[in-house]
Order: sequence, then structure tokens, then C-alpha cells
Amino acid sequence: MSDDPANDGQVFDRLPATAAEREVPGRATRAEVIEWWVDRFGLSAETFDGDTFWEKGAGKIWIFGADLPTPVDVEGVGMTFLRTRQEHWKPTTNAVQRFGGAATRNVIGLGPDEAARFLAGEDLDPAWDGDWGYLIVAHEIAGEREPIGVGLYVHDELRSVIPKGRRASLPARE
Amino acid sequence: MTPLERYESLVDDVEAFRAACDRPLPSVVRVNTIKATVDRVRTALDAAGVAHEQTDWHPGVLRLPADSPGRNWPHAHGWIHGQEEVSNLPAVILDPDPDDRVWDACAAPGSKTTQLAALMDDSGLLVGNDNNLGRLSALRHNAERLGVTNLVVTNRDARNFSLKPLGGGGRDADDGVDAFDRVLVDAPCSCEGTIRKNPDAFDTWSLDHVHSVAGVQKGILRRAVQATRPGGTVVYSTCTFAPEENEAVLDHVLDAEDCRLVDVDAPLDGVSGVTEWDGEAYDPSVEKALRIYPHHNDTGGFFCAKLEVGA
Repeated sequence: MSDDPANDGQVFDRLPATAAEREVPGRATRAEVIEWWVDRFGLSAETFDGDTFWEKGAGKIWIFGADLPTPVDVEGVGMTFLRTRQEHWKPTTNAVQRFGGAATRNVIGLGPDEAARFLAGEDLDPAWDGDWGYLIVAHEIAGEREPIGVGLYVHDELRSVIPKGRRASLPARE
Repeated sequence: MTPLERYESLVDDVEAFRAACDRPLPSVVRVNTIKATVDRVRTALDAAGVAHEQTDWHPGVLRLPADSPGRNWPHAHGWIHGQEEVSNLPAVILDPDPDDRVWDACAAPGSKTTQLAALMDDSGLLVGNDNNLGRLSALRHNAERLGVTNLVVTNRDARNFSLKPLGGGGRDADDGVDAFDRVLVDAPCSCEGTIRKNPDAFDTWSLDHVHSVAGVQKGILRRAVQATRPGGTVVYSTCTFAPEENEAVLDHVLDAEDCRLVDVDAPLDGVSGVTEWDGEAYDPSVEKALRIYPHHNDTGGFFCAKLEVGA
């Protein structure tokens, strides 16, 4: 039997600061997580200065606006933030809503009708000549851009990946 | 005798009380200041054609006279949360500061927990506990929708809540939690005050249930006082009228733990706690508690008390 540490899907474990400190194979590091948001969406690296990052479940990364000794035997710390351990990392809808307002890259803006259809879970084919992959999908509300959630742009199609529990069909406005 | 008739000797205006209990409640939402401002929410509701009016006591609590709270863009963005008007009171009374360590002992489904997070500007440490795992998923869903990041969710019996999972109790790291600055005990109760929202509230009512839940309430409130640092604050609230679940619980805890009642600075109308009921006399300081009947502010019924833990 190996004594090498493995990811235990039942407990929260803190992400290592950097690759040099990584003990659990395949675990993302704090530096990589922050770098991903900076590279992909143009957030400032200081956005997450006060936060700690944890893994519970395979590749499920949580952001916590405080700190505790590790590991903690609890049901949740902060909010689910990012999925790693897959080919393309995927931000959560809630993380995009909370932090995506400051994004400067890979944000696609939708008009009123498209935004409502996206929220209802429909796939769309909006004009977009940027990167493929996971995008922040936003619209204008109360005079400013606001992120709605995450879309997957592939093959000239924008797929709504709003979770079922967050989808809504809004009343039509004439 | 219905449960409400049981309390008519305590009520200042029985006719108004009965009439209010028969009226349904309007939809009410709280603005989630973690994600939006009151102005931005009102602009967005206007644009969506959703009528709304500000309550006169809290700019972030809006009545939606003609709508359900869940079918509009502000809700989809997590800018608003459906929450009965009077249930906004205990978190306001607890009044946590950013960087406080706060325990919400009976947190699910999380309306008051997320309100506490917003009052803390989503900083410091907020522990949301509930003994019911099913209801905890609703708490987590609400907290994530509203963008809360400072919340730790635990699934324990609050009566013997341990600080060890938070690194406390002197076990290991010095960043663990040894005591809380503020605790909210929004206790499980017989829910008599929710009759306007939930007409089935009396179907399961019995005096045995009142006495049984009062025992649980005493256990939770005692543990809350024990887990609070000297000089810290505990707020006790229920949505019920029974003195057995309200003043009698306070009387028990005043006797058993090192704490005292302090005045509730309430922005809503109400009356003082009662010092005698059904042949029992309670500690005179329970008068400092607040009883809110449905006709006082056209809301649900509520009970709220504030305790200072002995220094």
C-alpha cells in the first residue's frame, strides 16, 4: 500500500500555495487558480487576496473569504468556485455572478431576448469571434453590465450551462 | 380553543389581532447588499414592471404587492431574497460587524444567515449550523445564490455544538475559533406567528409540542451563551406567541448561565415581554424582550430578545 496522500472527497483540504508545495497529485494550487481567473477573464490578481481555497470532491474548488485550520470536518466552506481535474476548467455560475462583473476578457454580452432565453437554459448562436470554451455571459441591467452565468462556446454555438436550479423563465415584456 | 384564543389575554387589541391573523401577507424581499445596491434593485424592478414599495423601517426590505419574489432579473442575479418582513428583525438586532465571528445556531434555510453575511460585508467568519441535513442544502443553495463566501456550514445538534471542527477548544492551530462574538438563536418553535403565511400552522399544534420544543430551545440557548465570549451578544428569536417558548426559555437561561437581558432597540412596533403566564412568574427582566403581534406592523408574529454574556 502506498502512503502517498490522495484526494479524499469527503473532507476539505486547503490548496497548496504553489506547485512546489503540492502533495496530493492532480490538486490545483492557489497560484494556478488565481492565475486562471487572471488569464481567462482579466481579473486583477489582488481580487482574491483575502480568500482561501479548498478542494472537496474530485476537482471541486471552494473559495472561502476567511480562514480555518485544515482540514475542517464541516459541510461547506464559502462557495463552490471552480471545477478542475478536467480538460477545461469551469467556473461556477455563482462564482461568475459574484466575481465576473470585473472581467475584461471572454465576456459575451447578450441582448434582452437572448439573455432571457439563456437564463431559461436555451442554447444560442450569437455573433462571437473570440475564444472558444467557457465564457462569462452578461447583459445590461439598471444601466450596467451584469454577469448572468457561464456559457460554453463551441462550434459557433453558445450552450447555456446554467444549473437547473438557477434557470428561470421570466415573464415576457412587451 | 384555537392557539390564538389562548393568547387573547396578552394582546392589546384583540379585534385588530384577529383581523390581522385572517389577512394574507404580501410578498416581501430583502435586497442582498453583497451583490447590489437598493437603488440598482429598484431601478431593475421598475424596468421589469414589478411594483414595489419600501418598508418605512428598512430601506432594503421591499414589499411586492402584486408579484411573487422569484420571477424577475434581480432574483436571477441574487440581488434579492424572498424573506418575510418581520423575519428581517433578529439579524438587525444582532447587528454584527465585519470581521466578527458569528454563529447562526439554527440556520436553515438561510434567510437570516445570508442577511448576517450581508451585514458583515461578507467578511469575518459566519458559521451556519442546522441539525437537519435536508434543510442544509437549501441553506447552501441560498448562500451561493446570494454570493456569500464567509460562511462555514455545519450539521450538528446545536445543544452540544463543538468548536473542535473549527479548530477551537485549544486543540491545534491558533487561528481556530474558541468563542463567538455574536450568536443568533432563531429557535425551532411552534410557529404560531406564521399563520398568515402558512394556514396549516395550527394543524400540528399541541400543548405537548409546545412543552417539548421549549426544552430544545433551552438547550440551544444555553449552549449559545456558553459559546459566546464574555461581553458578546446573543439574540434569541422565535415566530411564536407561547410564553413557554419565549419568556420561560429566557428565565431558564438567565438562571442557568452567566448572562443578562438588554434592551432591544427595535425599528418595528411591539410590546414588552410578559412576566407572568399560566401561574408561573418569570425574571422581571424578561420585560426587555419584544413581542410583535401581526396587527402591530401588518406582519407575521414574532418574539425577539437580546442577551449580553457576562464579562
